[in-house]
Amino acid sequence: MQFSWWKERERSLRTSIRSFLTAAWLGWQIESNWTDPFLFAVYSIIKPVAGAAILVVMYGIITQGAFDSPLFAYIYLGNAFYIYVGSVMTGVSWAVIDDREHYKTLKYIYVAPIHAPSYMVGRGVARFLTGTIAVLVTITAGVLFLNLQLDLAAVNWPMFLTALALGVVMLANLGLLLAGVTLMIAHHVWFIGDAVAGALYLFSGAIFPLEVLPNWLRPIGFAMPLTYWLELLRRSMVGHVAASFPTLSKVTDGQLFAILIGLTIIFGLMAILVFRWGEHQARERGLLDMVTNY
Amino acid sequence: MSEIPAIQTEALTRVYKIRGGKKSDPKELVALKDVNIQVSRSELFGLLGPNGAGKTTLIKVLTTLLAPTAGRACVAGFDVTKEPHEIRARINMVSGGESSGYGLLTVRENLWMFSQFYGIPSKEANRRIKELLEVVGLGDRINTKSSDLSSGLRQKMNIVRGFMTSPEVLFLDEPTLGLDVGAARDVRRFIREWMGESRDRTILLTTHYMVEAEQLCDRVAIINEGRVLACDTPAALKHQLQEAAIFQLQVSPLDGVPPETFEHIRGVRHFTYSPQDGFATLEFILEEEDVLAAVVNQLTAHDIHLQNLEKREPSLEDVFVHLVGMSMEEVERGESN
Ligand SMILES: Nc1ncnc2c1ncn2[C@@H]1O[C@H](COP(=O)(O)OP(=O)(O)OP(=O)(O)O)[C@@H](O)[C@H]1O
Ligand SMILES: [Mg+2]
Repeated sequence: MQFSWWKERERSLRTSIRSFLTAAWLGWQIESNWTDPFLFAVYSIIKPVAGAAILVVMYGIITQGAFDSPLFAYIYLGNAFYIYVGSVMTGVSWAVIDDREHYKTLKYIYVAPIHAPSYMVGRGVARFLTGTIAVLVTITAGVLFLNLQLDLAAVNWPMFLTALALGVVMLANLGLLLAGVTLMIAHHVWFIGDAVAGALYLFSGAIFPLEVLPNWLRPIGFAMPLTYWLELLRRSMVGHVAASFPTLSKVTDGQLFAILIGLTIIFGLMAILVFRWGEHQARERGLLDMVTNY
Repeated sequence: MSEIPAIQTEALTRVYKIRGGKKSDPKELVALKDVNIQVSRSELFGLLGPNGAGKTTLIKVLTTLLAPTAGRACVAGFDVTKEPHEIRARINMVSGGESSGYGLLTVRENLWMFSQFYGIPSKEANRRIKELLEVVGLGDRINTKSSDLSSGLRQKMNIVRGFMTSPEVLFLDEPTLGLDVGAARDVRRFIREWMGESRDRTILLTTHYMVEAEQLCDRVAIINEGRVLACDTPAALKHQLQEAAIFQLQVSPLDGVPPETFEHIRGVRHFTYSPQDGFATLEFILEEEDVLAAVVNQLTAHDIHLQNLEKREPSLEDVFVHLVGMSMEEVERGESN
């Protein structure tokens, strides 16, 4: 009996790994399919830098050029790392729409013996890589041209890398949750990933501290793992900046990590439940091979 | 093991809820009603029926893409609702008439990717891909981006995707839809050869081409409006019409004589009328040969000249007419409503 239980575990682990790796390969083929290097440059370099530039101009006007203020680094880094939300979270959930509507392969993928959540998360891997390029480019541009105060020797690298790794897992979980919702929705889902990413931008302390929000909206920010993740990244990179904002100043690094891990697990469990429910609904309603005809 | 049927359904029913555009009360559409079929291992089983009969719906339920509303369905001995993962490891599916695939990947890459989901070692996968592409005549396109293939060639690529994994049970939904005559013939030949290679293979294919069902299938289920009306070998199905007589008459133009005149002759089971340039073709399924005399009498009475008369063996089309009361074409034109 026990023997067969282990065999079964081993089989499903193999299935998961297979699904993940194949999906990651496919995702990379899609992401790197730049027949035109110019387009690649536009998407992975110019677009994020332009996004940051708009933010900088707005900041400059509102604060009358207070680029030395810690607020500037706060906003700039928050915005830069937020790129990961748009690439990883949105990327994972986008795989559902892409396969279902664009390539029309979702039904063949479901008929195959795959582990669907691993497949979806795998599709996000390439987006993480291209997202990393965009984040690096944005931060470098900030340091070179905008007087962004960043001392590489002062960065707490172990803390930074741990927070980043946790964040990727957390974002993949959010993406899976969104993918589950996408499976259930038949129409007008094209914008769901961007809409959620856009909404959370305001509620996660990415570009302004949660104190700016009205009282009744703040709980959303405190419930989001993104908030703690961005705080950890800022603390590890520019400790003094993070310290000048009251939101989480009473929380230690250890506590922040504990909260982030806790929320990542909670959202991970929710993601699995929602994804399974989404699959169930899609099978009940015949949505796996649905194509929206516009 | 071998006694377990490859496919078995019991009172399988599927209802679609259709949300009305404006009204919120959902309408229901019964796509499958109490379907009972049993397909044994090594059988090539056909589902024959007009548009909207429920063929694709049945395939979707059996391939675990769609949940049954009521009843039961098992594939390779596993229940579609309870054990979809067991089923997926043993089946594959191809639908014709659509162009799915990752256009940015080459033919080989598309197929290789799917082979990986099934855990086929790369080397073995590449060998099978090459071999099967040769068989369907796509060998020289192996490194072409699939977006550069015509829709017919893409369909051939998809057919390879289905056979490549050597499934225990293969589902083919109108595999020759949209292919030209030659390609369709190649595909039919390939299906037959593939089935001949091993006793452990089973195919369920849907079609609305009579010839395909007759030439390919060991057994055929005739399906209309979600119900299986008959299920047997093509020969046995046609045997039902043994005593019926089927005649095709070429006559001078009817010139205002209403075609119903012939439909109402006693003993005429089914009648079709197709006017052409300078003549008309009448086709009759008669209860027995003797009724022909009454038909000829009517022609004479209306001064219509008989130019040619041919007696034909019953086909599956005739069986369909016998069961449903009209031809598949008439059903598809919506003449029941
Ligand atoms: N997702 C869906 N939602 C609502 N109704 C559907 C859906 N899919 C199919 N139907 C309806 O169910 C019935 C059976 O459709 P199905 O696609 O199974 O027929 P089919 O025999 O495959 O026809 P065809 O030869 O045109 O492919 C049709 O009336 C169709 O309109
Ligand atoms: Mg169909």
